[in-house]
Amino acid sequence: MRIYNAKTIIPGIIIFLGIATFPLWYNMGKAAPAPDPKIDTPVIQQMAVKQCVLPKIEMRTGHMQLLNDWRTSVVRDGFRIYVAADGKQYNMSLQNECVRCHSNKSQFCDQCHVYAGLELNVTPYCWTCHIAPKETK
Amino acid sequence: METNRRSFLKIGGLCTLGLATLPIHELLAKTDLPRVASNPEAFHGKQWAMVVDMRKCWEKGKAGCKDCIDACHKVHNVPEMGNVKEEIKWLWTDNYENVFPGQGNPYNIENLRGKPFLALCNHCANPPCVRVCPTQATFKRADGITMMDMHRCIGCRFCMAACPFGARSFNFREPRPYIPELNMAYPTRERGVVEKCEFCSERLEVGLMPACVEACKVGGLAFGDLADPKSNVRKLLASNYTIRRKPELGTEPNVYYIVS
Repeated sequence: MRIYNAKTIIPGIIIFLGIATFPLWYNMGKAAPAPDPKIDTPVIQQMAVKQCVLPKIEMRTGHMQLLNDWRTSVVRDGFRIYVAADGKQYNMSLQNECVRCHSNKSQFCDQCHVYAGLELNVTPYCWTCHIAPKETK
Repeated sequence: METNRRSFLKIGGLCTLGLATLPIHELLAKTDLPRVASNPEAFHGKQWAMVVDMRKCWEKGKAGCKDCIDACHKVHNVPEMGNVKEEIKWLWTDNYENVFPGQGNPYNIENLRGKPFLALCNHCANPPCVRVCPTQATFKRADGITMMDMHRCIGCRFCMAACPFGARSFNFREPRPYIPELNMAYPTRERGVVEKCEFCSERLEVGLMPACVEACKVGGLAFGDLADPKSNVRKLLASNYTIRRKPELGTEPNVYYIVS
């Protein structure tokens, strides 16, 4: 077998592969650290049973749906109390209830949102209206 | 896959049977706990309304008193924009001929000159703002409050054009830097949404009267349920001559004024 114009084709293929795989080797070893949301706020540390309104795994995958349902319930239906599976009642308020325990927005909310490539304070735009908790650094 | 009439009818029958058992399934799947509840201390009404007694405001109140406005704007994080064009107002004062246009004559306008009239969203029983809102961001609640859902507002300002009372304000710019003192328990708004008085729905829910009613030292503001004949507003309406803003438009305002 013989390649015509091998003198130009082979270096061309090498250059093409180099450019095509550039993102891979340029970012080698620079993987973004996995998100590490922290729940070590003073309020949570004092809790005997560290339990959110839903089990952790459900909150992780479904907190956006829960917040959406809470909004509909509070603003449109006028019900402001959420009854959890264990009968415990919560005030359905991002700004007053969620943040009462999770007072560390930058260490909790932002951890995953930034990792997922969401632009900080733009998507999701919760905190353009709701006032974020003051954090002590 | 081949099927004959017999097996098709069998499957059809099974499907019908399954549908017939749906109510039983729904009954069994129901949990004991309600997912949401109302605060036991909440006030409930069928048509909230306000009676503004301007006599008390003028006679007993100090000239230039703005207690009600300050209280409202403080709890609701209403910004002070500093110019009239971008002004955000939930509760404000204006003169007689602007609040009650068409109801004045040269003499009563002269008599009432310089006297402030309190104005706010009328929470109309037939609200034009709700009818024009393309996203149902503004809507009528079961208790008669014309409510805003800021999450849905797209800032088209149809409601502002529709409201005959000028009760709605648009956030032309980011309002947060213009709020003198943040109330951490209540959200602010963002650029591009319309806001207005919400009859303190968030306070009624926890058993508190609206902030303006609570703040008025001379008791000039009365708030209650129009549907309840024993309510304070019904008593005031029964014993006084009251007027409403622009009644000829048929929006059925729920803010009544005692003028003399």
